[in-house]
Amino acid sequence: MSKTNGHEIPRVGFYVCHCGHNIAGAIDVDAVAKYVATLPGVVVSRDYKYMCSDPGQELIEQDIKDHQLNRIVVASCSPLLHEHTFRNATEKGGLNPYFFQMVNIRENVSWVNDNKAEATEKAKDLARAAVRRVIHHRSLEPKKVEIHPDVLILGGGIAGIHAALTLANAGKKVYLVEREATIGGHMAKFDKTFPTLDCAACILTPKMSDVKNHPNITLWTYSEVTNVEGFVGNYTVTVKRKPRYVIEELCVGCMECIDACIYKEGKYPDEFNVGLSKRKPIYVPFPQATPQVVVIDRETCIDFKSGKCKKTCIESCDRDAIDLKQQEKIEQIRVGTVILATGYQIFDAHRVPYYGYGKFPNVYTSLEVERLVNASGPTGGELILRDGARPKTVGIIHCVGSRDKNTNRWCSRTCCMYALKLAHLLKEHTDAEVYNFYIDIRAAGKTYEEFYDKLLDENIHFIRGRVAEVTNWAARPSEEGKLVIRVEDTMIGIVRRIPVDMVVLAVGMEPKSDAQEVRRLFNISCSTEGFFLERHPKLAPVDTFTDGIFIAGTCQGPKDIPDSVAQAGAAAAQALMLIDSGSIELEPNTAHVVQEECSGCKSCLTICPYHALSRDEVKQKATINEALCKGCGTCVAACPSGAIKQNLFEDEEIFSEIDGMLDLQLVGTNKG
Amino acid sequence: MSIVPIIPSLLVKDSPAKVPRKISRRIKFESELDLSFGESVAERAYGENLLSCIQCGTCSATCPLSHYMDYTPRRIIAMVREGFKEEVLNSLTIWLCASCYSCYVQCPRQIHITDIMYALKREAIARGGYPPRHPIPVLAREFFSRVKRHGRNTESFLLVSLYLKTNPFAMLKEAWLGTRLWLSGRLSLKTESIKRKKELRTILNAVEAEKGDGHQ
Amino acid sequence: MKYLYYPGCSLRSTGRAYEESMLALFKALEIPIEELNDWNCCGATAYVSIDETEAFALAARNLELAENQAGNGTVDLVAPCSACFLVLTKTQRYLSTYPEVSRKVNDALKTVGLEYEGKTRVRHPVDVIVNDYGLDKVAKHVTRALKGIKVACYYGCQIVRPFATFDHPHYPTSMDRIVKAIGAEPIDWPLKTRCCGGSLTGTIQEAGLRLSRALLKEAEKRGADVIITCCPLCQHNLECYQGRINNKYEETIDIPVLYFTQLMGIAMGIPEKELGIQRLFRKPKFTSVSAKGGEAVHV
Repeated sequence: MSKTNGHEIPRVGFYVCHCGHNIAGAIDVDAVAKYVATLPGVVVSRDYKYMCSDPGQELIEQDIKDHQLNRIVVASCSPLLHEHTFRNATEKGGLNPYFFQMVNIRENVSWVNDNKAEATEKAKDLARAAVRRVIHHRSLEPKKVEIHPDVLILGGGIAGIHAALTLANAGKKVYLVEREATIGGHMAKFDKTFPTLDCAACILTPKMSDVKNHPNITLWTYSEVTNVEGFVGNYTVTVKRKPRYVIEELCVGCMECIDACIYKEGKYPDEFNVGLSKRKPIYVPFPQATPQVVVIDRETCIDFKSGKCKKTCIESCDRDAIDLKQQEKIEQIRVGTVILATGYQIFDAHRVPYYGYGKFPNVYTSLEVERLVNASGPTGGELILRDGARPKTVGIIHCVGSRDKNTNRWCSRTCCMYALKLAHLLKEHTDAEVYNFYIDIRAAGKTYEEFYDKLLDENIHFIRGRVAEVTNWAARPSEEGKLVIRVEDTMIGIVRRIPVDMVVLAVGMEPKSDAQEVRRLFNISCSTEGFFLERHPKLAPVDTFTDGIFIAGTCQGPKDIPDSVAQAGAAAAQALMLIDSGSIELEPNTAHVVQEECSGCKSCLTICPYHALSRDEVKQKATINEALCKGCGTCVAACPSGAIKQNLFEDEEIFSEIDGMLDLQLVGTNKG
Repeated sequence: MSIVPIIPSLLVKDSPAKVPRKISRRIKFESELDLSFGESVAERAYGENLLSCIQCGTCSATCPLSHYMDYTPRRIIAMVREGFKEEVLNSLTIWLCASCYSCYVQCPRQIHITDIMYALKREAIARGGYPPRHPIPVLAREFFSRVKRHGRNTESFLLVSLYLKTNPFAMLKEAWLGTRLWLSGRLSLKTESIKRKKELRTILNAVEAEKGDGHQ
Repeated sequence: MKYLYYPGCSLRSTGRAYEESMLALFKALEIPIEELNDWNCCGATAYVSIDETEAFALAARNLELAENQAGNGTVDLVAPCSACFLVLTKTQRYLSTYPEVSRKVNDALKTVGLEYEGKTRVRHPVDVIVNDYGLDKVAKHVTRALKGIKVACYYGCQIVRPFATFDHPHYPTSMDRIVKAIGAEPIDWPLKTRCCGGSLTGTIQEAGLRLSRALLKEAEKRGADVIITCCPLCQHNLECYQGRINNKYEETIDIPVLYFTQLMGIAMGIPEKELGIQRLFRKPKFTSVSAKGGEAVHV
């Protein structure tokens, strides 16, 4: 009886699950089971408390043996949750696992209906449709693909670094590709980290140099992925390595070329110090940059701009590492899995002009203040404002570009805590009066609340209210020359005007401006706000809907360092799981071309969202790469000659299901 | 009874930090609230987002008049939401709103606060629960009936009737300004009116008639 | 393109000089404009305090009349008064956003055979001059560049909030750019969209006066020679109550408050009488003195 071929007399076993009270509370499961028992072809029809439990599964196995069942239908929850479970049970009973059909009467019926009689009728309709459908199921064999053991990690911030080291330490070969000239990401710019106040550089730079020195990691900075082809286990990735005009293998980072540059002082905004200091056209982003290699910015270098430079940098280098004629290099690599850790960008505070960023020099973003209080920052850690003064009063405005339908709707999760940290640091550096203006303090992390307590004890002001405006309109002599913050102190219920010397905008996190391009490159999805979408918000937080592509860190949504690191570890583990299992079984619901019916019209080629279709130029027919096919059915519907079929979605399966739903009588079929 | 409107004299004091207060009992029993008030206001004021208020206070802080109000706009929203109908409809806040729409454009929840204030004014005027001689409802009523009658407003007559009905003595104060305006040709004493008055009245009456069968 | 003109009640009374100067300016710039026939009051802020749907119907009649008078296609209806501009743009917006409002208003209009199809665009003269006509063209008409004159541009509230799309709701720049185009110097003034008190100066006067006082004091402090406005009520509050504010709060403010159209007219050499300058209580000191003929203006 095992491995039936679909042409014998159907003997269907049907099982309706109570799911405790979830289903049985809203649907008369007994009535459903009794009804299905009357349908043609049904041999066994039962209801059971928890079908997904071991005894539930054993019930199916036993019935297959006792009653020679050859088709199984379970009416329970979403196939996303337990389709796999019941296919296994079917297989254990001795049948091909695809002789199984699942009916979702929980999410689709019991949870969304409050009329028990109607819900029961709907459940019966769905069950009848599934019974009719399953009769036409065929035996299928899932395809296996090998997993290439190398991994690509995109983005060299803390998430990418942590994932790279985890995999490399497990003995896997990792390509770490970073767009900037150094790895380190945003974390490298931070001063201290909440809530422990350990210095960001002290905990990050050892990991950065581990990356550089690890034999299993190939580090490509100043590089970008330009093309991705293939499928899980077998990706071919093209990486463009931009010319830094300095030969990486020769440069030792002595920086004599920088001293020798014809610019005696820095002239252009220094990206690492968020524009608070100036750099030369030839520079190293920051002292612990990794790799410790000089880069020449062609946008600002005189030689590139006019060709009239004495090229003192070349002369100064005794290792001949400078090559102004360097070209970009295209590398092609094969990897089996990819971890995207492309990070975030900060909210552009110019978008909320009422806070005066860009208009008043002493209004800063939080990232600027990170540099300003940092010992290696533009002022050597001295808190000197843009106008040369030292602040006696500081206002920190929370939720700038967060929780606001006019800009970004979401909570950026980290701002409360980093604002508290900056409040502490500013107080420590300047002994200024520090005011926090917040809507709600979100300190939900391990020892975060304790940090908030500490700040309260430090006599930092906490004013609950969203600031309406930062203005230089002085309404009292005491406000002259100050920035005045207008806010309602909502705890007291009165509008206050608070003059300060310095305003810090706690800017939120948002998706990187090119997140959509990365999304398309790797064929994954984004949530409405533009962050990369995980496969399941709770149970598959680092998977995507594309097999073998994982996400970690802030490209998935706002999060702090501990959460980014945890996700990076999780993504590495997911990749390891695939690599060490050696191969992956693909869902056999793929499409295939019936060659004799294909007219070679090419209309299917362009519409496949997964690039799974190609044309066999010799035979002049379309072919489908089953490893790439996701079973979306687009080509099946589009084929004008009906030459494309899809496993588990054959015409007779779908039509029988529709007939069953509409309760049309079976006519003209030998299986009724 | 004082002839001078009571409101102005209350207004201009700075915050009463040093004013001694009498002990009074303040507690609210759930049975005194109108729990459907929030939803009913939200419905009438295109304030469908009223219920999503997070009490951040942006409206109060951006409001140029909140420092004269008995309850800040944020508190009004909270009170509407929680059913403090009597307090809200008796508050001075709703009359002080000058419709400058600052809160409307800056609210992070995009709540139509100005529309909510209008809805509250309408409800207060409809039930007559505003202070006697309160100039704003009087002005609104005068304006309403003049426009309904003539199709246009004549500023001079509007002001005269406003002062007659609220504070006749204050008119004397304004007489000099009025004369200067008249002399410079900036105050017309001719009643402005449209030609097709009947057409306009038919339109407005049609709205009124429809209201009879629906909610306001 | 021809514009239709919606004066509103104030421009026939306290704001007469606004009408005179605007029409003179449009004539000088050769912008064709024609008054809307039988327009009615927009309803302002008061009508909606009694009945909202009637207020929308009141405003919608004007939108309909404009559409009718124009014949085919969309029509630009120029409303110089901020209250009118706000009420008309708001009505336009709510009619298209809320089907219930649209149904009620159109049902009412139908009783007299009118039907509004949504083809009227409500415009403000500032918008027309800056975005349709163009400031480089304005600069060419300047015959008496107002060099060195410091101008506080006061936009008030309802002109930029919340339904106007031609400028920023809190930090507009259109009038500042006009001022530069006519050779004068706009001052940095943080209160350009803060409320002047509106009709509170007539009702709860102390509150209203205090708002106007804040604006005037700050303009004075920042060295403004003149304030320009684009709203009849703002002009009235800031100009006519200056004396009372000085008395009450012991200030010594003395700043002329002009309509932006008047200032433009002065720079373009339009005779003062046509601009209604004689109606001002505080005349600008620079009208006949500092302006010199024929200077090129750098925009």
